Amino acid sequence: MYLRFHSTSQARTSAGRRATLGAVLLMAAVHAGCNHGPGQGAMPAQQPDHFGVVDSALTPGVGKSLVSEDPRAAQYYDNADAVTAGKRLFAQYNCNGCHSSGGGGMGPDLMDGGWIYGSRLAQIHQTLVEGRPNGMPAWGGKIPDQELWQLATYVRSLSLPATVAAESDDTPGQRPAAVPRAADEDPGWTPPASTTNDYGTTLEGSAYEGAASSKGP
Amino acid sequence: MRTPLHLAFASTLCVGVVAAQTVPAPVPESEIFSPEQIGHALAPPTPQAGRTAPSAANAPPDDGQWTMPAKNYAQTRYSELTEITPQNVGTLTAQFTFSLGVIKGEEAAPIVADNTMYIVTAYPNYVYALDLTKPGAPMKWRFAPGPAPASQGIACCDVVNRGGSVDHGKYIFNTLDGQTIALDVKTGKPVWRTQLGNIAIGETITMAPLVADGKVYVGNSGGEMGVRGWFVALDEGTGKLLWKAYSTGPDKDVLIGPEFKPHYAADQGKDLGVSSWPPQAWMIGGGNMWGWANYDAELHTVYHGTGNPGPWNQEQRPGDNKWTTGIFSRDPNTGAARWYYQYSPHDEHDYDGINEQLLLDMPFDGKMQKVLIHIDRNGYIYVIERNTGTVLSADPFGPVNSIQGIDLQTGRPNMNPAKLTRVGQTVTNICPTASGAKDWNPSSFSPHTGLLYIGHENMCMDWEDVQVNYIAGTPYVGALVHMKPGPGGNRGLLTAWDPVARKPVWQDKENFPIWSSSVVTASDVLFYGTMDGWFKAVNARTGEALWRFKVDSGIISQPISYRGPDGRQYIAVLSGVGGWSGAVVSGPVDPRDGSAALGMVAAMSDLPKYTTAGGTLYVFALPQH
Repeated sequence: MYLRFHSTSQARTSAGRRATLGAVLLMAAVHAGCNHGPGQGAMPAQQPDHFGVVDSALTPGVGKSLVSEDPRAAQYYDNADAVTAGKRLFAQYNCNGCHSSGGGGMGPDLMDGGWIYGSRLAQIHQTLVEGRPNGMPAWGGKIPDQELWQLATYVRSLSLPATVAAESDDTPGQRPAAVPRAADEDPGWTPPASTTNDYGTTLEGSAYEGAASSKGP
Repeated sequence: MRTPLHLAFASTLCVGVVAAQTVPAPVPESEIFSPEQIGHALAPPTPQAGRTAPSAANAPPDDGQWTMPAKNYAQTRYSELTEITPQNVGTLTAQFTFSLGVIKGEEAAPIVADNTMYIVTAYPNYVYALDLTKPGAPMKWRFAPGPAPASQGIACCDVVNRGGSVDHGKYIFNTLDGQTIALDVKTGKPVWRTQLGNIAIGETITMAPLVADGKVYVGNSGGEMGVRGWFVALDEGTGKLLWKAYSTGPDKDVLIGPEFKPHYAADQGKDLGVSSWPPQAWMIGGGNMWGWANYDAELHTVYHGTGNPGPWNQEQRPGDNKWTTGIFSRDPNTGAARWYYQYSPHDEHDYDGINEQLLLDMPFDGKMQKVLIHIDRNGYIYVIERNTGTVLSADPFGPVNSIQGIDLQTGRPNMNPAKLTRVGQTVTNICPTASGAKDWNPSSFSPHTGLLYIGHENMCMDWEDVQVNYIAGTPYVGALVHMKPGPGGNRGLLTAWDPVARKPVWQDKENFPIWSSSVVTASDVLFYGTMDGWFKAVNARTGEALWRFKVDSGIISQPISYRGPDGRQYIAVLSGVGGWSGAVVSGPVDPRDGSAALGMVAAMSDLPKYTTAGGTLYVFALPQH
């Protein structure tokens, strides 16, 4: 994956363009669905692009997908109150039972900037509404929608550099930053500049003295 | 929200953001009670009254197989094979390996019957049958039960499975999504499958079923999800439910009737499983049986523990919270309770009572007595008379400060008020930690040395209770926990314990908590594994290191000893780090959050430097001459 993205930047740009076009087609398809009911026409991912090639995106939400355009998301950007409310709800609805203070446990961690179902507020909101197959409950219709948006905002905040930088001990997510609009304007997953290991230390040197000197029979 | 597949991506993304938390400083020795301050027994040691050993009914002569996780009903994990000795174990060599195809915590014991080895993995609970008569032990069959994927998200502490048993031509095991399945050992096809758990309310099954006396005994997990605990007996031939005993609620649900004669006054009275809780709280009160049950072939009795009460926040459940964190003796035919004893009334520290029991005949008070020895999460070894449920002795085997001894008149622990938990305040340096002075991983016993071999933890914790709401299918915990190493900083200990003299004979230190069981042989070789991936042999009399082998991933499973078709002695073990303590490696966990994985990550954030996720069977033997 890393090599592919890096060595074919031209292809990547082209993929982005196709994705944008795909989104337009997707919007069109949804409109068609609204007007004529379900079951009419192909799914958007199966629409041929202007080269006649079926288009798809391997990374969810790449480009301006439908959900990233959800107008309901707009009011939760740059909104400190929403993040604060979301933090309270995160405990109230037992989200912290699985996701701890963002570091995970029964459920995945939410603070490392990696997402399967997309990082945009609207995508996180959709995950909360629909649930996900490996144990994430579906909360749509069970939690008021405004609270789901506030929760999504707090969850999005957990991996923001500003939120991470605000922590001084090992209980993160206690001083969450508001989610800037710019945070959701990146094109999605990008390869990291360099790769060491899981937690920001290098594999050589003093960090590993403990391992090297580990005594045992 | 993300599948495990995505962890590969996630792990590369936090590079350079913030360095990992360092492991906290060890709790000072001054915080700990000395054993002399608090040890109790009803009588002084009388070793001259006889030798400690299991009865032949509970531990028949070794036939060289290993058909149940704990070897025998007494659960001694003792092998009479003597080919491997302290003198020659240094030449032990890997004979073959087998990838389990799963890289979550592997806690099971390989099972050997009729020259076939059976293994059940962590979720998705694959079962493999390997033909030991052929070179390289090729696969005879594989069974994939296909448990519901959502069960992964409600398993509190990794998606582990503690094993299966072979009996009457069937391999019987449980799945994470709450099924008990019996497979025909010849074909790998299900003879029956019984759905017992309901994932919609957070119910899973991780324990190894106890198969005995024509019955299959199973308990549920979910003590962190507000799941009401139960323990059932199924008919071994059909999988049909014979009886079901809840751990909370009215007597009729708990199968408490006229036969019930508990020894201590605190356990006597009507419907204590209701009255020792706030109204309705018993319905979501935990007490789950996810550990080890025993069948006593001598007294025709079943013993099983009960898990922690829920939620962890004790302020939401004033009362003794019967019948959680204790042990039941039951009639195997009806499930009717005979006695009960509560290790931790109104538990405030997550000290589940589901650890193993060893059934032994032991000298006490000048005569041989039928006892069960239980090594509890709360840090105490209990010696309990099996007919009556009387505690004969209770001594700490690791660093403790939350309990200042057990009052043997009332049976109740003397709680240290300074280490009780509460809302709005972080109580620091509580020992042992929530996962206990020892967690689920069972001990072994050698009648040859008379010693118990206990692989355990040396960890403490900081704990703050927080208000929590019950929402079905979500965690019902209500505590912010951060764990840390105990005195000395070594998070693990291997203790050889003399149950008659009530003291340790030797101790080996480990950097990480010991999360594997051990197997001890008649030639006094003891095998166990470590979370940083060493499989070790030590002298059972002295603790002296004899041999070690580095495997692909940390070991948290149950090693066994068996005789192969060629007559040689083999030692088998699964690698595959994980479980509660190893979630920081195998789970979707970020080590920067010390409260992650119910507070375990604080004490284990360095584990990813030592091991990676894996899952492999290793089989060892002496070189052939």
